[in-house]
Amino acid sequence: MKYVVFAGTPGSGKTSVLMSLAKTMQERGFRPSIVKIDCLWTEDDKRLLRLGLPVRVALSKDMCPDHFAIYNIEEMIAWAGQEDSDLLLNETAGLCLRCAPFTESCLAVCVIDVTSGPNTPLKVGPLLTSADVVMMTKGDMVSQAEREVFRERVLEANPTCQAIEANGLTGKGSTELADIVTRWGHVTKGMRLRNNPPFSICTLCAGETRVEKEHHRGILRHMDSFVEYQGE
Amino acid sequence: MSERMTLTIKGGIDKSGIDEPVRSITVEGGEIVGIVGPTGSGKSTLISDIEQLAQLDTPSHRMVLINGERPEWSVRTDPRRKLVAQLSQSMHFLADMDVGEFLKMHAKSRGKPASLAPETVDLANTLCGEPLSVDDHLTTLSGGQSRALMTADIALISDSPIVLIDEIENAGIRKQEALHLLSGEGKIVIVVTHDPILALLTARRVAMSNGGMSKIIERSERERTMCSRLAEVDNMLISLREVIRNGHMVGEQP
Repeated sequence: MKYVVFAGTPGSGKTSVLMSLAKTMQERGFRPSIVKIDCLWTEDDKRLLRLGLPVRVALSKDMCPDHFAIYNIEEMIAWAGQEDSDLLLNETAGLCLRCAPFTESCLAVCVIDVTSGPNTPLKVGPLLTSADVVMMTKGDMVSQAEREVFRERVLEANPTCQAIEANGLTGKGSTELADIVTRWGHVTKGMRLRNNPPFSICTLCAGETRVEKEHHRGILRHMDSFVEYQGE
Repeated sequence: MSERMTLTIKGGIDKSGIDEPVRSITVEGGEIVGIVGPTGSGKSTLISDIEQLAQLDTPSHRMVLINGERPEWSVRTDPRRKLVAQLSQSMHFLADMDVGEFLKMHAKSRGKPASLAPETVDLANTLCGEPLSVDDHLTTLSGGQSRALMTADIALISDSPIVLIDEIENAGIRKQEALHLLSGEGKIVIVVTHDPILALLTARRVAMSNGGMSKIIERSERERTMCSRLAEVDNMLISLREVIRNGHMVGEQP
């Protein structure tokens, strides 16, 4: 089983890029399955089902969406196996940008929107810095100079990635991504994450709603970057 | 770098999935070719195919050859090796940066010196009535200023042997000067246009319809004569515009 993880900022075109890739891989004789993870609501299953492939949608609800994705990787891979697939395409919802659900042996794809401006690659963290491939979408909305500046910024943040100009609507970039997927390896047992997710559980996670500092426990960071531990 | 380079477009399919009538067109360095056709006829798609040096991997299934051969992958993607500079239809910048920082960054991506940034701004100011400076924020530039800056950027920073221009006439800049600047020495220039002067400045033009290249039109002698007359009229219009813009009355300027 090959395992491809799509992560990226909301509205960057992850679903469209994933769908283009699914079509291209099907043409090459692969049997893809798709799992889409979202937080609260999604209608993308309707879109995805038009591909005629096995599709599953999962909502993380009150769990951190990346944590949810990581926790369910085993189950997703097992499901794709039952569907007789040899390729699992997993779209994640990742929102807070502090972690990325990329495992060592997956193909980690970051989808990022060129119209979000050339400072964005510096803001998104491990989502981009630990990706193997960065798909840059919506380049047709800006000038060539702006696309090239954006690409430069992507390569500054992640010098070893393959940066590909993509368009989910026309399928641009899909062939290059498919070439990489085709030569990528299979998942192994005992997979590990590429990054450590954020290390603390805070009082808010445990249900606190009062705002004042005195009510909070755990490893806490102040605006001047001072970090302290409050608790027993 | 641009020693008699040739660009060949091998025909693909139109919007109905049928082979487009023009199966092949080759353009040589020094030539300016026009692309004409109604809205939605596929002009921008053709430009985009050339920009990415399509290899049967775009919806049109076209193939673009350089000097008769398929280009290497890095020539298609690495801005330092890119053969194509493009002035697209976009009239505004979205980047949250100032002009100087942006131009330096673009020069870096193209492997050019940062010193080109102020030169590019000076050149842009020769094309547009409203001057801009390196300290201006990109997103505050007017349509005309943005286009002038994009044009100057292509002439100095991108400086590639193939130049694609998508609808220069809507730009609010001096279009013939801009075209002259963009075409440089011995470059291959492809210009999408509805403007009679620009279209007739080209010796050949590709007519588009339903997403495909339907025919190649050679400019007639009559069209050539017409083009010079139109250019005279256009120059008159430009000077009248300046008179009005500067608050004078037509016919009484110094």
